[in-house]
Amino acid sequence: MGFVLTEEQQILRSSAGEYFNDRLPVSALRQLRDTNSERGYDTATWAEMADMGWAGILVPEDHGGVAFGYRGLGEVLEAGGRTLAASPLISTALTAAPLIAALGSESQQASLLQPIAAGETIVALALDEGAKHAPDSISTTAVQKDGAYVINGDKRFIVDGHVADVLIVATRVSDGRAALFLIERARAGVTIRRRSMVDARNCADIGFRDVRVSSADMLGEPGAVQAELERVLDGARAGVAAEMLGAGLEAFERTVAYLKVREQFDVPIGSFQALKHRAALMFCELELTKSAVAAALNALDNNSEDRAALVSLAKAKAGDMLELVTNEAVQLHGGIGMTDEAEIGLFLKRARVQQQLFGDSGFHRARYAGLMGF
Amino acid sequence: MRTPMPEDERVWGGRNPSYKNPDSRVWLERMAAKGWTVPQWPEQYGGAGLSEDEAAILQQEMSRLECRSPLASFGIWMLAPVLLKYGTEAQKQTHLPPIARGEIRWCQGYSEPGAGSDLAGLKTRADDNGDDFVINGQKVWTSYANYADWIFCLVRTDSSVKHGGISFVLFDMTSPGVETRPITLISGASVFCETFFTDVRVPKENLVGELNAGWTIAKELLQHERAMISQIGRTLGGTIPPLDILARSCLGGTDGRIGDPVLRDAVTRHMMNDHAFALTVKRAGEEQEAGMASGGASSMFKYYGTEQNKAKFELMLKCAGAEALGWGGDEFSAGQLDLCRSWLRSKGNSIEGGTSEVQLNVIAKRVLGLPD
Repeated sequence: MGFVLTEEQQILRSSAGEYFNDRLPVSALRQLRDTNSERGYDTATWAEMADMGWAGILVPEDHGGVAFGYRGLGEVLEAGGRTLAASPLISTALTAAPLIAALGSESQQASLLQPIAAGETIVALALDEGAKHAPDSISTTAVQKDGAYVINGDKRFIVDGHVADVLIVATRVSDGRAALFLIERARAGVTIRRRSMVDARNCADIGFRDVRVSSADMLGEPGAVQAELERVLDGARAGVAAEMLGAGLEAFERTVAYLKVREQFDVPIGSFQALKHRAALMFCELELTKSAVAAALNALDNNSEDRAALVSLAKAKAGDMLELVTNEAVQLHGGIGMTDEAEIGLFLKRARVQQQLFGDSGFHRARYAGLMGF
Repeated sequence: MRTPMPEDERVWGGRNPSYKNPDSRVWLERMAAKGWTVPQWPEQYGGAGLSEDEAAILQQEMSRLECRSPLASFGIWMLAPVLLKYGTEAQKQTHLPPIARGEIRWCQGYSEPGAGSDLAGLKTRADDNGDDFVINGQKVWTSYANYADWIFCLVRTDSSVKHGGISFVLFDMTSPGVETRPITLISGASVFCETFFTDVRVPKENLVGELNAGWTIAKELLQHERAMISQIGRTLGGTIPPLDILARSCLGGTDGRIGDPVLRDAVTRHMMNDHAFALTVKRAGEEQEAGMASGGASSMFKYYGTEQNKAKFELMLKCAGAEALGWGGDEFSAGQLDLCRSWLRSKGNSIEGGTSEVQLNVIAKRVLGLPD
């Protein structure tokens, strides 16, 4: 599997681009924000995406999915990134679905995967407990008591936390081993507080107070979930990096277009060499990011040995690139870039949230260094 | 001939060739006899007449067997492609076979003290003198001019028009009036020369292409030069280890990792960028093979690769400290001295072959379409 897309992947890429332009342009996000949308995404378009198979891209075919792989989902996410499209793609299609497919029992897979692929069920992974991604620092406990488990802890900044029907909760059992539990939102002891984020996208804190779960609710076996969870997290990282690539390309292209039309001192400002050079530098960073993201997505589909390093490379590069591009985009749009009326500021806001999802550039540089022995 | 080739064993050929390794002479003669120094050239010019696919197979076999390239040649890499396209039959018959056999060594007369980035501003004059041109002027940065037998040279044949007054001529470096002077760089001895022309007579039959139509040829040749530069960088190895290995060995931590956290982060960033760059080179290659229109990624290679190379040496200096700052003598190892010289030499990478600033201009104009 190389860099050049297969014909099928190319078709998906084109149709995703058209879809998001038509049905979820940037103005759709603005509307969700300005109307204080309760669900934070449009259920009608999510149903359309499910109809096209996008909710089930990582769901096996015998559970109603299309099993098109990470590179394919990456193309959809990149296209959605260009229009800042709000949807449960990241929480449900990208993260929860493959985790359930990998670790779920027959009955868990049967009861969850098909509704996920059909767009009927939203599932969110409740992993992080602080302001920065820290998958090794889980304090939420699952204590065995009377044949059941009792869960206590607080999860923070959970994507789609307030609209998820089911949560996948990361805990530690008494001997410190990691365990995952499937907990529906209405279970006693679960409290959900939505957060209002700068990018107007879904996010919530979720508290667990003496939440009783049975071993039937456990996803996989305690202490035996690490490898799969890591692989799924890598998939989430690469997918978010793909969305960031789309956002970066769009912000960059809008900026270059602006440089060509905005005139000051009787000339287009794009004729100023200093601005040309800054644009060319952004171009270089985007090209590097494109390559890293594609390589990471392929590595996930191929189960390559260097998957983890490539994923961390992609997420780190995407973060650095997008910080540069979104900062430059606002600056090069001048005063207009600072208005809420303009769309370019929305890219800046979304970029910083994407940076924090599943580990920022610093996290991934440290991880890459560890993997390479630096 | 199947072991890695040290720089001083590279074979340039010429009228006065030197072979540090005597096997190199045999290797060149045998490959030249088969036309394999220039496999795709027509046989009448010294080539083997191979198709692109056949030449690829030959290259694959040579790589597989780890064969050295038999001949390094500006004649092959830069002059021949434009001679094949713009030269007369007589010029091709005269010059191509000796190039193929490595019998004539060429240098490139392009840049002048007053014409670097603005190459078209060149002033070396070629005045019409009946059957000859008479050339007066000066070139600079002429690689190996002091070893070259012939020169391909840009000259001004019309002073009233800038780009439209340039011609492309060939002449013998032993012609009366030609003088070369090697240039010492901040990194020490170099292959570059100043080349002076005082009333040098050049037969008009040595004009390639039309009079005053040399700029087109010049630009095309620069593309071949750029391809050559990107190839040549890959073959050099030497005494300097990769960045991460050097960092670990200089800054050894207790856990086998780079001991200084600040430099570890800086090295990690650099290695990650190298990784992403290598993936991008691969991607551009695959896209080109698939017949996709170039997205412009290759325009960034010279810029990015050279800036990375400079940054790499700066990081190596930080890791190695004063041990990387030796100029000579036994107190420094060969690798340490090589590192210092290489750091200095690397400053030229972002200047030669089109400065980084010019590369960014090219990206801005040709890829992004930003206005003049």
